Amino acid sequence: MTIRLFVGTMPRMTHSATDARTASGPAAGEGSTGTVALHHTAGTQASGAEIVAQAHHLTGQATLDDAGLARYLRGLPGVDKVGADGRAQMLGTRSIKTSAKAWALDATVRMIDLTTLEGADTPGKVASLAAKAKNPDPNDPDCPRVAAVCVYGDLVPHATAALEGTGIHVAAVATAFPSGRASREVRLLDTREAVAAGADEIDMVIDRGAFLSGRFSAVFEDILAVREACGTGPDRAHLKVILETGELATYDNVRRASWLAMLAGADFIKTSTGKVAPAATLPVTIVMLEAVRDFHRATGVHIGVKPAGGIATAKDAMKYLVAVNETVGEDWLNPDLFRFGASSLLNDVLMQRHKLRTGVYSGPDYISVG
Amino acid sequence: MSTRLEVRKTYKLFIGGAFPRSESGRTYEVRDAKGGFLANAALASRKDARDAVKAARAAQAGWAGATAYNRGQVLYRVAELLEGRRDQFAAEVAAGEGLRAKEAEAVVSAAVDRWVWYAGWTDKVAQVAGAANPVAGPYFNLSVPEPTGVVGVVAPQRSSLLGLVSVLAPVLVTGNTAVVLSSTDRPLPAITLSEVLATSDVPKGVVNILTGRVTEVAPHLVGHMDVNAVDLTGTVGADGVSWAELEATAADTVKRVVRPGGESEPDWTVTPDGPRRILAFTETKTVWHPKGI
Repeated sequence: MTIRLFVGTMPRMTHSATDARTASGPAAGEGSTGTVALHHTAGTQASGAEIVAQAHHLTGQATLDDAGLARYLRGLPGVDKVGADGRAQMLGTRSIKTSAKAWALDATVRMIDLTTLEGADTPGKVASLAAKAKNPDPNDPDCPRVAAVCVYGDLVPHATAALEGTGIHVAAVATAFPSGRASREVRLLDTREAVAAGADEIDMVIDRGAFLSGRFSAVFEDILAVREACGTGPDRAHLKVILETGELATYDNVRRASWLAMLAGADFIKTSTGKVAPAATLPVTIVMLEAVRDFHRATGVHIGVKPAGGIATAKDAMKYLVAVNETVGEDWLNPDLFRFGASSLLNDVLMQRHKLRTGVYSGPDYISVG
Repeated sequence: MSTRLEVRKTYKLFIGGAFPRSESGRTYEVRDAKGGFLANAALASRKDARDAVKAARAAQAGWAGATAYNRGQVLYRVAELLEGRRDQFAAEVAAGEGLRAKEAEAVVSAAVDRWVWYAGWTDKVAQVAGAANPVAGPYFNLSVPEPTGVVGVVAPQRSSLLGLVSVLAPVLVTGNTAVVLSSTDRPLPAITLSEVLATSDVPKGVVNILTGRVTEVAPHLVGHMDVNAVDLTGTVGADGVSWAELEATAADTVKRVVRPGGESEPDWTVTPDGPRRILAFTETKTVWHPKGI
């Protein structure tokens, strides 16, 4: 398998959410350490067969059936729940001020998947969301753009039309989101349609029923099949796998589901649909980040992480950035490897940016809708 | 006989229906009129003001959405509870303002009466200030006063209860929510009022009370873009504060501003001559409605 490394000033990577304006050098507050910044893209370009071969190798199992996967996944070390909660609590107390805060706020904007996933969504709503994604703060030309706009599959054409040429990605939730309760054919068709309509990122859900009842191979094959449906080659749609951690009951299951998704070729692992409470929490995200870190040590492959749902304030977002930095390291502090799935977070970050810039507290009356 | 350990009170802020310490962790000494120690009060920071504005904003729609009649009942109930704390208020007013017991009693009575007077205005102010306007066309044209939103109130420095009630109650009448910066040197009646409000039917966040220095907090409150109006009455006699500068800051976000009446605090014992203070924090909504054919 090949790991693609990019130097920061090299030509634009095939799938980068890094804004052209900020890709050319270190962002404010990052400082120059004299080392060359390396940018990694999430996942690999490996074929389905290579993914399966790697899974055999990593798990040490001759067969990747339910029993084989169960032996491996249940053999993963357990998560110390009290310890994980405590670590999340501790990381949440870090104080981020002045230039570091300014950097974190801009980084958060660049990492946002601006999301609308309502039954009441319309082309008009998507258009206004796209307008906001392109120009989050009309009063500040220096405000970076968000990473992607995330919509339901049928609204992808409207999103791609509005975002063409901006470098902002179009993410579509597919596979019978949010429950995933449909036949595999339906879920694959859902995916293919979204990709054909121009989505370059697919957010799929796993079959939690299958996972919880131990039918791991069904989940593994689902992910593999959706990955195939995302296309091949460097321009294929990136695959984010939603674990829906709120339904997985334990941190041990979160770790197992993370590994299962990564073994099956996920480019990103994502906490939640946002339709189930609890959605993203800091300890769950830390457990997933640890899995990503361990997977990287084992394979050299960078997997992205996307907490989604319930992250509404800049303060919360910064806690996640601290957790990323402390768990997987600085490499992941870029939109190619870490995203926030959020609808209202952007507004709070914009208000905080305004406060930092002017010294005056802002209000929702001064923020555009969307 | 064993001596009983004193149970001392911690004086805190009142934000969103809760009693937090200052985010900054700071306190300051409150002294009586003769300079003796009274209490340690929380010294609010600009971040406390920010939190208070957030709480006030969250509460505003609900308070304005209640019927005028209901707001009147809720405010009248506050007066009932004020009456129940009469002795505590009288003691705090006497200590803080250096009044004799009789005088302090009279101040508390006046404060309760003032609160009731304003409570009565809730379902009357629209009749007095509203109008059916004659227009040259086939329309009913109606104007009604509506609450402006979140109001920042710098409470009077000298009159710590009657003055406070006289500036706070009119803000609440029409459905505004308030962030009050109490008298710096005499904050105890304001803190006790917050305890009254917490146990009354006033929804959390409708009134938020901060104790601290006007110079430190007021500029941030007045500059806050999510505050719709400010009452600067209490800047008279506050150390190092220029109400004109604050008014200039408020102009950046086109806030309604109530200036201090003069060089010194007004005589709060005089009954207001009308709903002037109530209407200072309202917007006029005019509706054009076609007449039936």
